[in-house]
Amino acid sequence: MTTLIAIAGLGIICLIAEIFNLRKAIVPVTIIGLLAILCLNVVSIPGVHVANLNMEERSFYNNMIVQNNYAILFSSLFILLTIFLVALSPDFHKEHKAKLSDFISIKLFLLAGAVAMVSFGNMAMFFLGIEILSISLYILAASEPKNVSSNEAGMKYFLMGSFASGFILFGIALIYGATGAFDITAIYEAVSTGAAKGWFFPGVVLLTIGLLFKIAAVPFHFWAPDVYEGSPALTTATMSTLAKVAAMAAFYKLMRGINLEVPGTYVTVLIIVSALSMFVGNLTALKQNNVKRMLAFSGISHAGFMLMVFLNPPVTAGTLFYYAAAYTLAGIAAFAVVISVCGDKRNEESFKFNGLGKTNPLMAAVLTCALLSMAGIPIFSGFFAKFFLFNQALKAGQVAIVIIAVVNSIISVGYYFKLILAMYTKESTEEKQAVPFAYTAVAVVAILLNILLGIFPDMVLGYL
Amino acid sequence: MDVSFILITLLIGAAATYFAGNKWASKVALLFSVVAFAVTLYTVNLLNNGENVSFLKNWIRNPRITFNLIGDGLSLIMVLLTTSLTAIIILATLKNTFKNAKSFYALILFMAFAMVGTFLSADGFLYYIFWELSLIPIYFIALIWGGGEAEARKKDVIKFFIYTFAGSLFMLVAFIYLYQKTGSFANGAFTRINLTDKEQFWIFLAFFLAYAIKIPIIPFHTWQANVYQKAPSAGTMLLSGIMLKMAIYSIIRWQLPIAPAPAKEYMNVLIILCVAGVIYGSILALKQQDLKKLLAYSSLAHVGLIAAGAYTLTLDGLRGAVLQMIAHGFVVVGLFYAAEIIIRRYNTTEISEMGGIRIQTPRFTSMFMILVLASVALPATFNFIGEFELLYSLAQTNVWIAVLGGTTIILGAFYMLRMFQQVMLGEQNAKPFADVTFGEGFAFVAIIGVLLFFGLYPKPIIDFITPALENTLNLINR
Repeated sequence: MTTLIAIAGLGIICLIAEIFNLRKAIVPVTIIGLLAILCLNVVSIPGVHVANLNMEERSFYNNMIVQNNYAILFSSLFILLTIFLVALSPDFHKEHKAKLSDFISIKLFLLAGAVAMVSFGNMAMFFLGIEILSISLYILAASEPKNVSSNEAGMKYFLMGSFASGFILFGIALIYGATGAFDITAIYEAVSTGAAKGWFFPGVVLLTIGLLFKIAAVPFHFWAPDVYEGSPALTTATMSTLAKVAAMAAFYKLMRGINLEVPGTYVTVLIIVSALSMFVGNLTALKQNNVKRMLAFSGISHAGFMLMVFLNPPVTAGTLFYYAAAYTLAGIAAFAVVISVCGDKRNEESFKFNGLGKTNPLMAAVLTCALLSMAGIPIFSGFFAKFFLFNQALKAGQVAIVIIAVVNSIISVGYYFKLILAMYTKESTEEKQAVPFAYTAVAVVAILLNILLGIFPDMVLGYL
Repeated sequence: MDVSFILITLLIGAAATYFAGNKWASKVALLFSVVAFAVTLYTVNLLNNGENVSFLKNWIRNPRITFNLIGDGLSLIMVLLTTSLTAIIILATLKNTFKNAKSFYALILFMAFAMVGTFLSADGFLYYIFWELSLIPIYFIALIWGGGEAEARKKDVIKFFIYTFAGSLFMLVAFIYLYQKTGSFANGAFTRINLTDKEQFWIFLAFFLAYAIKIPIIPFHTWQANVYQKAPSAGTMLLSGIMLKMAIYSIIRWQLPIAPAPAKEYMNVLIILCVAGVIYGSILALKQQDLKKLLAYSSLAHVGLIAAGAYTLTLDGLRGAVLQMIAHGFVVVGLFYAAEIIIRRYNTTEISEMGGIRIQTPRFTSMFMILVLASVALPATFNFIGEFELLYSLAQTNVWIAVLGGTTIILGAFYMLRMFQQVMLGEQNAKPFADVTFGEGFAFVAIIGVLLFFGLYPKPIIDFITPALENTLNLINR
């Protein structure tokens, strides 16, 4: 609870700092504040701090907010990602210095939404979280008012997103009608005692559609490539890392919360969605020349992978967290490099990366590692994430989807390596330019965390 | 002191090489490879004195994965092969100047690290990680420092990567399945459980895909010749000398003990597949006009025979496979090194443009001649012993297959000697050809020394590996 308040407070401080002309202090203060919140968050995990060993779950405000390990761990991941995103901001927005406080505070509010999405105990809180996150993203997507494609992206995202929010809201209404409650535990009890009325499942289906839209799973993915390509690169980074895993985490928590045993037909549908997301995402990514678009499609396929957690829901919370952490850390590192290469010049064609291995070996190495992690090559945490996922899917007896996932991992090597090839074998066409320190720092730290997570998976697996 | 020290030495060596800078990289790499070789020798010595050199540490709690390294005769002989060849390969490249040498040599040491890890791992998951890890350095070595036209090279290298990556992913699925059955990734646990024949069949097939691509057994060989031709010589040496031995070693260490039933049931099919590769490789080698491609196809033929021997499931077959792996490793590195020397001086890989080298370079010619003779398994070379045991084991299962397999020797003698004739003999070439320098000669002498010494006196190696192979055989026939 304190986390949420602190984050929102930090956002407001940012806005106030602008009034008092303290623009230079905004980024350092935000990063320090977020680091402090992160530390407070981490020590509140039972097992990390001895005093809290017996704390299982704490609820606040009539069960509006429930704080458990799941919420704390995911919140910590989100805070970490926001630190990276904030650190990238000042250099990225250097031409719009006056708006810096807006960009930072919107990102903080977005983080507050994401935290609410994983620590809700009530449908109302869940929906609030989703809306706070989405609205922040609409603004960020359209944050370059003089750029047509940014406008287009914002508009597209807003229209489609509000449609999806409508679905979610309608689903919540139907579930309320069926069970008479917004509270997750009350809904769960109603379902498990069989008291839920017939329109409970239509409600769940509507909710699912809305959330599948938010995580950009096939067939609800059509907005993603255009919006990713049109938005400023930093916003794309936010969408494809933070927003995607926040939606995924909320989806998982919601489904587990209201219904412990996922019924068979629902699993079948999710398997199909998962397989489709992998195939469509990967096969389309093969054909992309724009790096942001390629990462968007690869994100769609990763959403497909993450959906595999629903095959064996009682034990996969840890796997989902691990996968989310591995994917987002690699994603942030990759985007830091993309931004450093392309700047905000709105041109992310892959030829820009030609010869990066010579002009900037460090960034090329980071991008290579990030792509290898996403492709699932050992020692990077992306490999372990896939491994844990496959392991649990096989345990649930789902051999077919595992084979599909394996085939997709092979396909994905094709386009990840296309970029690696371009960096190391082609001659550079761009003149060498200096990379701001913040970009290098974020890229290196993110990829190091990714590798560290790969070498010591026990660091995070034990808590869920 | 246990086997983990070898790994640590190589890993530190890779880092030190990278930070030593371009000027000193090759020397630092050579130093560390020699140190790693010395550490290996010391470990071998400890094992011979009956000490336990295995290493076990917990790594991941759930799923249960351990950092388990096994030090027995079989794994250590392969480690010995890796570390000695790495040192020789680095020595052989000292004359070359590479762009970005620090990365090049760091990648070579890193690859040695991954390969040693593959040979030592006794935990399936750890093994898989090292197995995949070894793919990354060779990918970059072939891609960045390779020769030939850039576009074609890129295509071949990525094909190689996707082929091997695809194969090993199925192996990973098999490992996960075994983990579901046993609750552990330990090699020992896998070989203890009783699987039904059907389960064994699928597991065998998954392993087979991974290994058949790496060895390669036809019809999975299409990546090989092109990559061998285009990779820089050091990369080709690493690939042919050590990396494909990972697959044959894995057959003996993992595939056969875990899933022996299908190996017995389909023994003839497997052996015929391997022997088909022998004949196919030999015939293609006959037609090659490119020196490196000729050596690549001859390597295909030899390795096919080694795999065939391993699949006979006899002690002679397994032992022959291990002996021939070592012999072939040394010979093929020597041959590619000789080819590299010629290519470097003539700037061409076409056999027809060479010739008349002998008159100018008596020392080089005689060393090359010995290597050629060793590769065709002339008695008194190490290769003869390996090949003899392999053919003997094949004859035990089926005489006709042994006869077919024996054609490697005949065809091999034919194309190797013809190649030698065309490259070395004939009228003096218009282009001058300097004789080998001391450094170059030293690498040759080391290789030839090993081949001749163990050709005349193979007992130490046979004694060293036989207990481990007998263990394996007991597991296969459990």
